[in-house]
Amino acid sequence: MATQQTQTLGRMLLAPAVVLLLIWMIVPLAMTIYFSLLSYNLLNPGMERFVGLENFEYFLTDPAFLASLRNTLVLVGSVLVITIVLGVLVALLLDQAIVGRSIVRLMVIAPFFVMPTVSALVWKNLLMHPVSGLFAWIMSSLGMQPIDWFAEYPLFSIILIVAWQWLPFAALILLTALQSLDEEQKEAALMDGAGAFSTFFYITLPHLARPITVVILIETIFLLTVFAEIFVTTGGGPGLQTTNIAFLIYSQALIQYDVGSASAGGLVAVVIANILAFFLVRIVGRNLEA
Amino acid sequence: MGRITLEGVKKSFGAHDIIKGADLEIADGSFVVFVGPSGCGKTTLLRLIAGLEDVTGGRILIDGADVTAVPPAKRGLSMVFQSYALYPHMSVRGNIAFGLKMAGRPREEIARKVEGAAAILNLTPYLDRKPRELSGGQRQRVAIGRAIVREPKAFLFDEPLSNLDAALRVQMRLEVTRLQRQLDTTAIYVTHDQVEAMTMADRIVVLNAGRIEQYGTPLELYEHPANLFVAGFIGSPKMNFVGGRTAAALDATTIGVRPEHVAVNPGGADGATGLDWVGTVSVAEHLGSDTFLYVEVPEIGTITARGAGELGIKAGDSVRLRPDAARIHRFDANGNTISA
Ligand SMILES: Nc1ncnc2c1ncn2[C@@H]1O[C@H](COP(=O)(O)OP(=O)(O)OP(=O)(O)O)[C@@H](O)[C@H]1O
Ligand SMILES: [Mg+2]
Repeated sequence: MATQQTQTLGRMLLAPAVVLLLIWMIVPLAMTIYFSLLSYNLLNPGMERFVGLENFEYFLTDPAFLASLRNTLVLVGSVLVITIVLGVLVALLLDQAIVGRSIVRLMVIAPFFVMPTVSALVWKNLLMHPVSGLFAWIMSSLGMQPIDWFAEYPLFSIILIVAWQWLPFAALILLTALQSLDEEQKEAALMDGAGAFSTFFYITLPHLARPITVVILIETIFLLTVFAEIFVTTGGGPGLQTTNIAFLIYSQALIQYDVGSASAGGLVAVVIANILAFFLVRIVGRNLEA
Repeated sequence: MGRITLEGVKKSFGAHDIIKGADLEIADGSFVVFVGPSGCGKTTLLRLIAGLEDVTGGRILIDGADVTAVPPAKRGLSMVFQSYALYPHMSVRGNIAFGLKMAGRPREEIARKVEGAAAILNLTPYLDRKPRELSGGQRQRVAIGRAIVREPKAFLFDEPLSNLDAALRVQMRLEVTRLQRQLDTTAIYVTHDQVEAMTMADRIVVLNAGRIEQYGTPLELYEHPANLFVAGFIGSPKMNFVGGRTAAALDATTIGVRPEHVAVNPGGADGATGLDWVGTVSVAEHLGSDTFLYVEVPEIGTITARGAGELGIKAGDSVRLRPDAARIHRFDANGNTISA
């Protein structure tokens, strides 16, 4: 947008989309704010009354809130680390001229097409089941005690499933970025005496900085709201060990039928997402401008 | 030291023979230019010397040592790429220092050499900029700086000036030549620009379809081309070729004469050869310093003539042309030069 004119034109062309988006967002947001100020339990219909910020106080002082906030952050952080580290490795591998590359590529992408509910069910019943799961079978054939994943390492199991789902996304974006790396730059590094590791750290990784920030931004948005995987496998338990904010709100609304408190929780989640987004966009934005 | 020897070097990509056996001896400190038409294998030959491609056959020696199986970094050569291939996220300083850093040199030595190279190349004010903040000519100089700090045995240039505009190209041409003289380091320079080849080279390698057609000094190639290809390739405008009876009269299949050796409307009688051509000017190009005439001569074809200064001849005029008998090149049926 170089000139005044193109700027004005750009704004005018954007306006309809922005207005539509605002309406789309503002109506549900307004209703949520309205509900969050009411004492509104589905078990006592017709008894709604205005209670001010009591719902917020109740939600924020609930010990479940802090636990679920911690779980959310651990989940998001671990999945990001796993998908990016493995994603870079997978992308490097797929960038090599290995035999059957197109088939391997297809297989790597596959998990992305599986619905979260389905993949959670597959992991729960076919892989991680303590009796009939594949992992249990491997361990017992090695003479070891099978692990009851969801009982012993519940949050780790969820992280594993979600990371498995998001790995293809990261790998794919990083692969396309790798393929846009100028061949002559690698050759120049080769002539400069850089070995495989130096080339990776000095040439490849800086080239990937931008796509990595994009992956972080997009994944964070979706990982903050992971729900199906938890719902299908652990139901938030044992105790609160796998309850994240999204699941906590769900349990307030549909297990305890407390719409007011759930709405307050929803607003808290919006604030948390915004705080996170604010920092991410600042960090990422700096990287993207470069 | 930087004596490079190629012994029967061959390269094939699959079933395609790209370099069909190259023998070459490049003396230490000399400036050698590879020229040839597009696709003849100049870049491939350069990359073979650099070690970026494996040879299919033959040997490459540097200072007498066989380096055919030695990886690029260990050959002690540095290369300037056509696209510059600067590292985009490193500053100019980082780019120039990278090779030394990889070689594990001490920090103060790196700093000193980078400053030195930057001073030679007038890059000192730009040391902390990123490549994208530089002009084309400055990027080119950074690429050259990256090549010189490592004090290589030889520089390899692959059409380094082809992305620059004409004026900058002339300037950089001079700078590269001066730098090479100053450092006294062997240089191999690929180009398809004749002027670059003729002005920069100590010796020129003319390549055609993967073969070395001739290897010699610029004037040797100009005055004694080994065959039709070299005769036609070196010199601008192109040499005139005439076959048929005219050539047969001189015991050749084809004769060639350069435009600058064709006299326009000469005085006096026919020269010793009796080779006066009369024709009509189809195009006259007036450059001020020179005039190029494209003359249609019946039974012979178009002859290009070059006259010094302004000749005052225009299209449609009838002119008499007389080739300089001493400057006629004769070629046999295979296209090879018949020596006098
Ligand atoms: N990696 C490759 N695989 C197959 N063929 C190749 C490869 N690299 C080059 N060639 C072929 O080798 C021939 C010579 O290529 P090269 O790049 O050496 O030409 P060049 O003389 O540098 O031409 P230009 O002046 O256009 O740069 C071309 O016909 C090209 O198609
Ligand atoms: Mg080339």
